[in-house]
Amino acid sequence: MRKLYTKKLSKKDQFKDLKPQKETVQFLLNYSKALRVVENNGIKFGTILN
Amino acid sequence: MNNVEITDAVLVREYMQGNEIALSKLINRHQHRIYSFIFSKVFDRDVAEDIFQDTFIKVINTLKRGKYNEEGKFLPWVMRIAHNLVIDHFRRNKRMPKFDNSGDFNIFSVLSASELNIETQIIKDQIENDVKELIKELPEDQLEVLTMRIYKDMSFKEISERTGVSINTALGRMRYALINLRKIIEKHNLVLTN
Repeated sequence: MRKLYTKKLSKKDQFKDLKPQKETVQFLLNYSKALRVVENNGIKFGTILN
Repeated sequence: MNNVEITDAVLVREYMQGNEIALSKLINRHQHRIYSFIFSKVFDRDVAEDIFQDTFIKVINTLKRGKYNEEGKFLPWVMRIAHNLVIDHFRRNKRMPKFDNSGDFNIFSVLSASELNIETQIIKDQIENDVKELIKELPEDQLEVLTMRIYKDMSFKEISERTGVSINTALGRMRYALINLRKIIEKHNLVLTN
């Protein structure tokens, strides 16, 4: 049987290029832009404007 | 001349004043660290993605409501939120985390009955970190004895020799360190249980 040779990743390498997807970041930026906080009688309400 | 990095505190302030680009900069600056931290706990890209998203939704909500008051400590604050959300995730799903078997992962390291599961390990780490912060409030002499006894595992005889006080004094300092630590915990309304 043919042997399989795989390079064992170090712990550092495993987490080297980890990033959230662009879509996730974009969603957060859009959410932030759409969120408005209004204050009424001392209570703050968050509203999403679309 | 423009390559001086704007601090997190400045970006946070700008964002709270309505500058949306500041948020983008904060996310870009810290996304790798925060996402890696989450992934290192959950070992699942999708779950990590969800927790990352929820973390920043909390960040955005808090900043937009003007409730943030930890200037200069933005990253630790966000990491703390992520950490709490990871714990919530494991509390919700009382199941084993998924593991990627591409490496030399040993299943017996997970199946070992005596080993803490990932949730209790995270909680234990959090409690230990909290305690490390709390003991800094103790008087110097009590802090010294407590550190030697608990963290350096020294006997009271060794502590008395090292500090130049009698064993009884060292015991007394340890006793007061624990009493004061309890008082500090009560003062801060903290619950340190696993």
